[in-house]
Amino acid sequence: MAGLRLNLSVLWWLPRGLIFGLMAFFIFGPLFNMALWTVTEKWYFPHALPLEYGFSAWARVFAPRGGALQSLGNSLTVAVLTVIVSLAFAIPAGYALARLKLPLRSLILLAFLIPQAFPNLTVYVNVARLFYEIHLNGTIAGVVLVHVSHGLVYAVWIATAAFSAIDVELEQAARSLGAGAMRTFRDITLPLAAPGLMASAIFVFLESLDEFTGSYFVGAPDVNMLPLLLYTAGSGGNYQVASITALLLLVPSLIFMLIVERFLKADVLSRVGR
Amino acid sequence: MSGSGYLELNGIASRYGATQVLKDINLSIRAGEFVALLGSSGCGKTTLLRTLAGFNAPSSGSVHIGARDITHLPPDKRGMALVFQSYALWPHMTVDENIAYGLKLKGVPRADIAAKVSAMQSLLGLQGLGGRKPQALSGGQRQRVALGRALVIDPEILLLDEPLSNLDARIRLTVRHELRALQQRLGITAIHVTHDREEAMVMADRIVILDAGRIAQQGRPEEVYNRPASPFVAAFMGAENLLKLDGFVVGDRFVLSPGAVHAAGGVPLDGRSLASGAVEARFRPEAARILATLDTATPEDGMTFRGEVLAVTYPGGHWRHVVRTGAHEILADAPRACQPGERVAVHVGADALFLFNLAEPASASSLPASRA
Repeated sequence: MAGLRLNLSVLWWLPRGLIFGLMAFFIFGPLFNMALWTVTEKWYFPHALPLEYGFSAWARVFAPRGGALQSLGNSLTVAVLTVIVSLAFAIPAGYALARLKLPLRSLILLAFLIPQAFPNLTVYVNVARLFYEIHLNGTIAGVVLVHVSHGLVYAVWIATAAFSAIDVELEQAARSLGAGAMRTFRDITLPLAAPGLMASAIFVFLESLDEFTGSYFVGAPDVNMLPLLLYTAGSGGNYQVASITALLLLVPSLIFMLIVERFLKADVLSRVGR
Repeated sequence: MSGSGYLELNGIASRYGATQVLKDINLSIRAGEFVALLGSSGCGKTTLLRTLAGFNAPSSGSVHIGARDITHLPPDKRGMALVFQSYALWPHMTVDENIAYGLKLKGVPRADIAAKVSAMQSLLGLQGLGGRKPQALSGGQRQRVALGRALVIDPEILLLDEPLSNLDARIRLTVRHELRALQQRLGITAIHVTHDREEAMVMADRIVILDAGRIAQQGRPEEVYNRPASPFVAAFMGAENLLKLDGFVVGDRFVLSPGAVHAAGGVPLDGRSLASGAVEARFRPEAARILATLDTATPEDGMTFRGEVLAVTYPGGHWRHVVRTGAHEILADAPRACQPGERVAVHVGADALFLFNLAEPASASSLPASRA
């Protein structure tokens, strides 16, 4: 009996192993393929693995004329500026939405979704046309503006949730002991909301780093961003450059997602959008 | 009111939207006095406390400390410290930091802060816990940190919003006395909100009973306990037994007419404004004495009625009987148990029998007969 049961449990591992294996393949297969391409010198059909390995593609990407460093710089500058602008707006807005019993509160929250409600292409083509007229097209400021309109949803929604997760009595306790409103916000509210605000900053940062359509219509060709470089390299068949660019985009995403996972507590998440 | 008090509330009214939470509250509190605001939930006691603390703006009326009008001052400019029912300790600060915060706000030098914080901790028995976060404390320890945080800034007035209600019953009893002793030692004026009658009785110099946003009665614990001014106060202070009787005023006595189940009786008026006619009589179970037989000479003072024991329970210390008398069922305590079905006489002494005129309109009945 015992032997039979052992056999059955071994059999049960077969489909499970198969499913896990397939999942791993679909997730890590493309990643592994990408990693391989970044160190490939020569790889063509029908060979399963690269024929020659090397780092010449890295040298090309990071050469002064490769444009990658400039794109990376642009992307990081835009992402950081987007985070600053978004949070500068989201902290007061989120606090007001969380604390004051504003009428139409959920409607206001919903309004931040509107940029996402329409097809991106149509919106950004028109934004580009408008920006062209007021000389914002092809500037960092223009791209930041587009990214902020996109990132504000995350920033405001998560900031609102972070602030409403803080018990009002914690603030009132400080007021009662003699702290003014601003002092209370600085000493009590902000530190308690910091993990949630951190998470919202990271979301905005990643969104900005990944954003393509807006960057393309508003930024290119004067302001080149990393996703644009990836697009050009990929469509030109230069898989080495495309893979290296993708890796540059992937690494901060992975690191930040791990941080977000640590920072975003369940009590904040449960209040998102409410 | 006299206007000689330290903390003066004049005609405070408060409303949430259409509902009137507080109506014309007048209260005068002496420096160093411990006042309990007592009432059931929804009576407005917490609203009154939050109005004092500055978190609710009254819709009319004024609050003065001495000659200073603080009605419209923000909470941080009032010199009061509020201890919350939830304690509201800051989870991102340690016990030390929680207690020190108020001193830091005042700009007290760092060395003095450390000395005061550790003095407060030894006063409250919190030694060795200074480095912990509030999450790592027990309920009783959190309560003491919340208290220490408020006391360390040496507030003019300490406001307590049911700070004992989240504690174990056993800890609660000792904390009552600790808190009271501390308040007397430091000479702080304290206002304590509670729904616990015994807590208010044990701790306070004066009890203010609130009913539906009004002061139903105020006075020393023994005053509100022994001389309730209205049926509401009598019931709230434990006189839950209710009988409908008839009587008339003769000189300085109120004589109760004999009825189907009760003999004649009477109580001295003793300053009470009772009119001849129907009255409701209220008394506590422990004020009733069960007499074994009906033949016992019925005392002149108070009232005696006949009844039948329906049930007996033992809540501890005495036996509690459910006695049916006429159409009413009442509770009566006795040192010995009577059997269900037994016919008994129940006597209530004059000083424990609270009489109120039935015809009295509800609004007049809530006016206190004697003010402290």
